[in-house]
Amino acid sequence: MTRIPGKEHAAVRIGIDVGGTHTDAVLLDQDMNVVAGIKTATTADVTGGVVTALSTLLEGSRLDRGRISAVMIGTTHFTNALVTRRRLARTGVVRLALPATAALPPTSAWPAELVDAVRPVVRLCHGGHEFDGRPISPLDPDELKRVAADLAAHDITTVAISSVFSPVTAEAELAAAGILRAELPHLRVSLSHQIGRIRMLERENATVVNACLLDLADEIVDAFAAALAAVGVRAPLFLSQNDGTLMDAEYTRSYPVRTFASGPTNSMRGAAFLAGLADAAVVDIGGTTTDVGVLTGGYPRQAGTDVDIAGVRTNFRMPDVVSVGLGGGSRVTRRPELRIGPDSVGYQLTEQALVFGGRTLTATDLAVAAGLAEVGDRSLVRGLDRDLVRRGAAWMADRVAGLVDQMRLSAEPLPVVIVGGGAILMPAELPGVPEVRIPGHHGVANAIGAAIGQIGGEVDRLFLIGSQLTRDDVLDQARAEATDLAVSAGAVPSSVEIVHVDEIHVNYLPGNAVRVIVRAVGDLDLGRARTPEEDPQWATT
Amino acid sequence: MGYDLTPQGLHDLAEGAAVLGTGGGGDPYIGRLLVEREMAAGRRVRVIGADELPGDALVLPSSMMGAPTVFVEKLPSGGGNVAAFRALEEHLGRRAHAVMPTECGGLNSMIPLMLGAQLGLPVVDADGMGRAFPELQMQTFGVLGVSGSPMAIASDHGDVCVITAGDNKRMEQLARALTIQMGGASYISDYPMDTAEVRRTSVRGTLSLCRDIGRTLREARAAHADPFDALSVMLAGTIYSLGVVLFRGKVVDVERRTVDGFARGRARLQAADDPGDVLEITFQNEHLVARRDGRVLAIVPDLICTLATETGAPVPTESLAYGQRLTVFAISTPPIMRTPDALACFGPAGFGLTDPYVPLENLLPGSLAKTPAP
Repeated sequence: MTRIPGKEHAAVRIGIDVGGTHTDAVLLDQDMNVVAGIKTATTADVTGGVVTALSTLLEGSRLDRGRISAVMIGTTHFTNALVTRRRLARTGVVRLALPATAALPPTSAWPAELVDAVRPVVRLCHGGHEFDGRPISPLDPDELKRVAADLAAHDITTVAISSVFSPVTAEAELAAAGILRAELPHLRVSLSHQIGRIRMLERENATVVNACLLDLADEIVDAFAAALAAVGVRAPLFLSQNDGTLMDAEYTRSYPVRTFASGPTNSMRGAAFLAGLADAAVVDIGGTTTDVGVLTGGYPRQAGTDVDIAGVRTNFRMPDVVSVGLGGGSRVTRRPELRIGPDSVGYQLTEQALVFGGRTLTATDLAVAAGLAEVGDRSLVRGLDRDLVRRGAAWMADRVAGLVDQMRLSAEPLPVVIVGGGAILMPAELPGVPEVRIPGHHGVANAIGAAIGQIGGEVDRLFLIGSQLTRDDVLDQARAEATDLAVSAGAVPSSVEIVHVDEIHVNYLPGNAVRVIVRAVGDLDLGRARTPEEDPQWATT
Repeated sequence: MGYDLTPQGLHDLAEGAAVLGTGGGGDPYIGRLLVEREMAAGRRVRVIGADELPGDALVLPSSMMGAPTVFVEKLPSGGGNVAAFRALEEHLGRRAHAVMPTECGGLNSMIPLMLGAQLGLPVVDADGMGRAFPELQMQTFGVLGVSGSPMAIASDHGDVCVITAGDNKRMEQLARALTIQMGGASYISDYPMDTAEVRRTSVRGTLSLCRDIGRTLREARAAHADPFDALSVMLAGTIYSLGVVLFRGKVVDVERRTVDGFARGRARLQAADDPGDVLEITFQNEHLVARRDGRVLAIVPDLICTLATETGAPVPTESLAYGQRLTVFAISTPPIMRTPDALACFGPAGFGLTDPYVPLENLLPGSLAKTPAP
């Protein structure tokens, strides 16, 4: 792609958020100003929905499509596939560990319905390592060749491979993948050390989920690429990951599970960007729920606990978010005491709410009656009891202020950024909050979060600190590795920063075993980004 | 009276065991899955009281030794615990009548339940720690004169060793060295006892106590009741007698370092309404002492539990993180854990703390007069 200096030719980027109900799209110029933002309905046909969003966004802009330097998409497709147990490929699961781990085979703690949907073919094999890198037992090539024959007999084309302590040494997983691929050249393989961190079951679970989604990933990526092609956009395509960074479309074909929980992360990062704040509480009010999270240094604070997705325990990092049932469609209950939510009219707001001529008193009606918002026909709520309106508006503000207070780290007050379609429910000030911002384009914060995504790299390994390797050596090594990973994933080297360092001391091991987690992020190198012509695999279906 | 553990009872027991882990002891999650699989295969987990043992029975404890971090990665084969148990039987030339926990807090509450199901043996409702502790000699069994060895230790690889040590501390050191060679986690049977010794030296009813704590938390959640009030009421009827909220706040600082294979450090919590009001917890794997403005509020072996304020769910030391909203809940230990010999072994002095042991009930605000002058 050639770029000519000058504003009229300057590169722009597009961010898209494909949610369950709405698909939003935004256009950002070279200086990261929001030029346009739109909302459309999500469609069952993946390509069609994105085509509609892109056409609507670009309509009338007379923008030279060649100026679009990248398209970033955040999507819930993969999470939804797991939750609804649809479109999951039958998968082989190979664990390299014998004689260890036999008491808890792979997927044994999964919900029965999900096991029925995936019908995994599970094989426990020899291999794996101890915490210090000694082998548990050597790989048995014949054993793995028999597994390959089993997979072929079941017409299985994807496999998840996990090996004990593969985050310490990936040798066994790589060797086993080589043996299986030699037998089955078209086999698609997910390796656990590339998916998760220490804790066998959680890492293995995420790897199996990833493998089940590989076929769907091809389909979705192809559909997105086709949508871009249909509207004449030939820029490279990226997808949002759970930590707010981006992966390119090709990478998504191998790691679809990394899109999980990208929605809340994008919403928070988009909010921070719109408000120009790096440290703030973010309140995202939708039609049914309100999510509150905290941004530190521009990234969401992450939850310390394990995350169950569709009943499967994984050790992904997810943003620490509290969620309550309060949104624009929340029903108002007057007796025995005033309550708003948790039940909601949801997407039927525009039919059921009073201001739209419906018969249900909703949170939106209270906001309109209180003069907070101008939605629908205000005259339809003129008859509402003034005291009810006043108390209802205060109830909602108090509820949100209470959640913000709950999420605060210290007694120091935190500014609040409110985004989402339900932001209209909130007044200009909240009790106990120094500053409330409801930025422009707040309704499309998710898509903006996708558009501003950076590129990251993460190291998570056990290190043994001793006389040979000091703590400083270990941290330097981990920082350098994380930086290299970020650059090889597409970050501009000079922009890479270390954003997270965590050392976890491992009890009861000799020589100070330390688990080190380092995350580096940098700006996307648009010059290096692949375009369809450069990459034949990008050919659309 | 003895009972068969139900799946719900097991779930409750695991959560209660995490509470009694006082921040350490390892997450019982994997252990619970192991026992669930035994139950699903139709094997039963029979829990019996120490008073139900026949007069001349041999009882062998079972536990996991080593790093919980290894255990959650290199999952068990299911053979190591059986191998250690059988090796000790063979060494003693006798068949055991029952299995027993040494440590009811944390992961080790689950290991004897699994073994009992595997072998079809009952599990005695008692243990030697009444909570979680980091070392093998920290047991009421040893404090009251039972020798920890001969003990057997096994890996997942078929290695089995029998250790006969000079004393219980040396047994700990020898077994620790073998555990490292076995990959950082091993399965042991130690403190072989007869019925009279079990009755004389154990902390009684602790498996049922774990189950009752878990059930209390579950029921309080379901009823939207305060889980801490419910715990206090429940504990009042047990040998642990007193459970009290020490502090409610947010974690504002966590400092960890590894010393001799132990996670030592401290966590600071700040009261939500008063930033100047700070509680500090010192831990060595488990929580050892809680101080507010320099004044000791609770100290080992009394239990200092960090529980999520909203749900009462236990939060282990390794998961403590900035911003967590926690309630610090203290539980008094029964008299068998507070004798001078017991305190010398696993009281403040056993952990190198210079603060004297003062029972929790004497440290409560209303009982300041009973606190000895510093």
